[in-house]
Amino acid sequence: MAARAGGHSQAAMNGMKEKVLTLDTMNPCVRRVEYAVRGPIVLRALELEQDLRQGVKKPFTEIIHANLGDAQAMGQKTITFFRQVLALCVHPDLLNSPHFPEDTKRRAERILQACGGHSLGAYTFSAGIRLFREDVAQYIEQRDGGIPSDPNNIFLSTGASDAIMTVLKLLVAGEGRSRTGVLIPIPQYPLYSAVLAEFNAVQVDYYLDEDRAWALDIAELQRALHEARGHCTPRALCIINPGNPTGQVQTRECIEAVIRFAFEERLFLLADEVYQDNVYADGSRFHSFKKVLMEMGPPYSTQQELASFHSISKGYMGECGFRGGYVEVVNMDPKVQQQMQKLMSVRLCPPVPGQAVLSMVVSPPAPSDPSFEQFQAERQAVLAELAAKAKLTEQVFNEAPGIRCNPVQGAMYSFPRVQLPARAVQRAQELGLAPDMFFCLRLLEETGICVVPGSGFGQREGTYHFRMTILPPMEKLRPLLEKLSQFHAKFTRDFS
Amino acid sequence: MQRAAALVQRAYRPRTPCPWSRCQSSAAAEASAVLKMRPERSQRERILTLESMNPQVKAVEYAVRGPIVLKAGEIEMELRRGIKKPFTEVIRANIGDAHAMGQQPITFLRQVMALCTYPNLLDSPSFPEDAKKRARRILQACGGNSLGSYSASQGVNCIREDVAAYITRRDGVPADPDNIYLTTGASDGITTILKILVSGGGKSRTGVMIPIPQYPLYSAVISELDAVQVNYYLDEENCWALNVNELRRALREAKEHCDPKVLCIINPGNPTGQVQSRKCIEDVIHFAWEEKLFLLADEVYQDNVYSLDCRFHSFKKVLYEMGPEYSSNVELASFHSTSKGYMGECGYRGGYMEVINLHPEIKGQLVKLLSVRLCPPVSGQAAMDIVVNPPVPGEESFEQFSREKESVLGNLAKKAKLTEDLFNQVPGIHCNPLQGAMYAFPRIFIPTKAMEAAQAHKMAPDMFYCMKLLEETGICVVPGSGFGQREGTYHFRMTILPPVEKLKTVLEKVKDFHINFLEKYA
Repeated sequence: MAARAGGHSQAAMNGMKEKVLTLDTMNPCVRRVEYAVRGPIVLRALELEQDLRQGVKKPFTEIIHANLGDAQAMGQKTITFFRQVLALCVHPDLLNSPHFPEDTKRRAERILQACGGHSLGAYTFSAGIRLFREDVAQYIEQRDGGIPSDPNNIFLSTGASDAIMTVLKLLVAGEGRSRTGVLIPIPQYPLYSAVLAEFNAVQVDYYLDEDRAWALDIAELQRALHEARGHCTPRALCIINPGNPTGQVQTRECIEAVIRFAFEERLFLLADEVYQDNVYADGSRFHSFKKVLMEMGPPYSTQQELASFHSISKGYMGECGFRGGYVEVVNMDPKVQQQMQKLMSVRLCPPVPGQAVLSMVVSPPAPSDPSFEQFQAERQAVLAELAAKAKLTEQVFNEAPGIRCNPVQGAMYSFPRVQLPARAVQRAQELGLAPDMFFCLRLLEETGICVVPGSGFGQREGTYHFRMTILPPMEKLRPLLEKLSQFHAKFTRDFS
Repeated sequence: MQRAAALVQRAYRPRTPCPWSRCQSSAAAEASAVLKMRPERSQRERILTLESMNPQVKAVEYAVRGPIVLKAGEIEMELRRGIKKPFTEVIRANIGDAHAMGQQPITFLRQVMALCTYPNLLDSPSFPEDAKKRARRILQACGGNSLGSYSASQGVNCIREDVAAYITRRDGVPADPDNIYLTTGASDGITTILKILVSGGGKSRTGVMIPIPQYPLYSAVISELDAVQVNYYLDEENCWALNVNELRRALREAKEHCDPKVLCIINPGNPTGQVQSRKCIEDVIHFAWEEKLFLLADEVYQDNVYSLDCRFHSFKKVLYEMGPEYSSNVELASFHSTSKGYMGECGYRGGYMEVINLHPEIKGQLVKLLSVRLCPPVSGQAAMDIVVNPPVPGEESFEQFSREKESVLGNLAKKAKLTEDLFNQVPGIHCNPLQGAMYAFPRIFIPTKAMEAAQAHKMAPDMFYCMKLLEETGICVVPGSGFGQREGTYHFRMTILPPVEKLKTVLEKVKDFHINFLEKYA
């Protein structure tokens, strides 16, 4: 076809046949997608790791992957109960083994009975195993002080990312000025920008307030919305609480204000709450959007559309690789809910081991169970260590001149602001790099520490940040933080 | 651009304090007041409705879990509540889910998975050494030696190497691990490749050629992506053979209204079960080469070949054996899965794709797109590893593994023959040979009176037939209209997965139902 003959004439000149699928012919929306968490800096880190393996000399002996919220990769231990039950489900012969506590066997049998053919290998209903959806509903009720949750409104998913994509997909419609706009926080977890790019929806940025510990400001939401209405039709508002990358835990008042705002302005609320178990700061508490919404009473509780997301990847579990999660929808149009179910059915079902782990996360051992003591101890240990690492990170970074780190109230990351000298900014521009990317690449090359530049998450113009996880083992963390601070000082000197 | 710049600049001007709280509370008070006064009008329109939602999603259909399956679910609920029916259970013969129908998992596979899941078991004497060896290898390749870490977005490295080795052994043609991508079931890989391929608008919108009848993942994804579906008909008179003339016809007509870029083949076929001959595959490859089409080869049933006259030929192998003009130029993506074969591990969502001759920049784009979802489930990747790296002669587990595998496959072959034979004994049913896969797709004769009844119920005739079958026998199959068929022909897809004795009963029941149906609507 004539349309395709244009590109890659170089290839044609070389006698190579032009390919069907090239950068020019591919889906342009996919081309625009970016995902910094596994972006260019991580690719470079992998190359360096390869070099190290081949014996190339470097100023460091290992790469520290502080770019990704993957606790177990950084040495966090699994929760014994979960893995015992899962092993019993995978290989039910083990039900005869004396080495598994009674409650793990009962739990495994409960799970297997709910599976087709008593096997984790059977497909399940597309929304997930009914029993597990009931377990999730019960968990939500307990978490939210008894506010009812309907299992029919719970959909299990392949990690929270899957459900977030599905809900956003439903919302994208219209063209030109009526094209769906979606408000997202800046800084954000770049799943949101990636999905919006892929779906060709309009990204509408609202800035979190760095000077007030990344607080959400309604006036700023108002500003963003008002300006967006000039060129798109905003239909949804995304909140990440506790925040990623920023770690702030929103106050109850703030959540109420956001709900009121969404209601007044007719915005579908997406509440990404995957870090709900990761709250460290003494003054902070997790308030679920669902709970606050219901407690606000009508018309909010009966009419405000809300989707809340959770995952097994974070918390104290860190079971990222199993890809488990769920979404609870509130006040969704029943016909749209059917459509969502239909959409999920095309991919058949979320991975069943992940569903099984989720069912245990939401209904862990009770105090009377044999496994309770060990479970509690393991859980507390993980959370206590995360809290200690959050505090340590904030402390060490704030000791460094030119680095300022807001309190890490929750989640798993620090997102410190770094001062970069003008000459460094200039050099970066010459290289065609964002200044914080330049900083992070240099950091990687000289120390082996891989963090993600703030430009990958969004930040106010003229400010620079990086996101580093708090997950490296405790004994390694302080030296790493100090190394990073020292590097920053050297960097500042070198470019003064 | 200027407007965008202005928007950006405005973001940084200091805000004057907005009387927001004052406005907001009075607005809320007003809202409440209005709502209290007129409660019957208090339900305002939702933001997300059928009208306002994504129209592409609305257009999506997936018959395998569609209306008839929902109806089957309702009937099951009624049975549980004690409502009397002409049957005591619903037989879900709608979906290719072997374990759900009683097929046993492969012991070795589950042993390795259990060891990976709970590595304490590596100290247990109840597990064979060869299983432990595999588990250790997998765990060593995982972050923190755990299935719970994210893997690389392309999949765990050593598993990709094992997949490449498997393909090399299978085809006698080298496979590069760099061309292997592990996926969340084959459906995920297929969706991802199609996503990257779809572009253009109007007459230059990407057209995707798919077989009719097809596995309705393809039509669903095409709908969702707003690509153009281009149907090519398989030849029912000829055991569902693929006819290149028909491909040509479909392509020619499609070029009038879209830009056909992609050709999808399912081999062995779903729902049709045909296993393409080598000659046919060569013809298809030649056609794709000639017409510059990106080939998708869905080969998830490669282990399910029953007919003694048939053999599985991978598209990759045939492509390479056709020589460099083809093997250096034709862009191909081949798909496999842990859900079918002799494993039936559907719930693990394991799969891979091998891409051939993809532009390096496209491979980069592919990894980037996959990275947004981080990685496929690691336990599914591990399952795939065992599928491609099973026990070999000399290993402790080899004997039991072989026995179990042969037993499953032998059983499926027997059931395939049984199904074909029994259906062909029924007047008004004709069933092509089940050469492979897991389904029968018999053609049914529907009398005129039944068609009228169907129309009165606003249903496709074969949907009407299947609904009646479900209501009278509890057997749930999927009407042919869900897969596509030549106009004026009717079919249904039934799996061959129930255990042999149950299958015989099911087939008898279908036969009785069909005969009654013919009489009733004579």
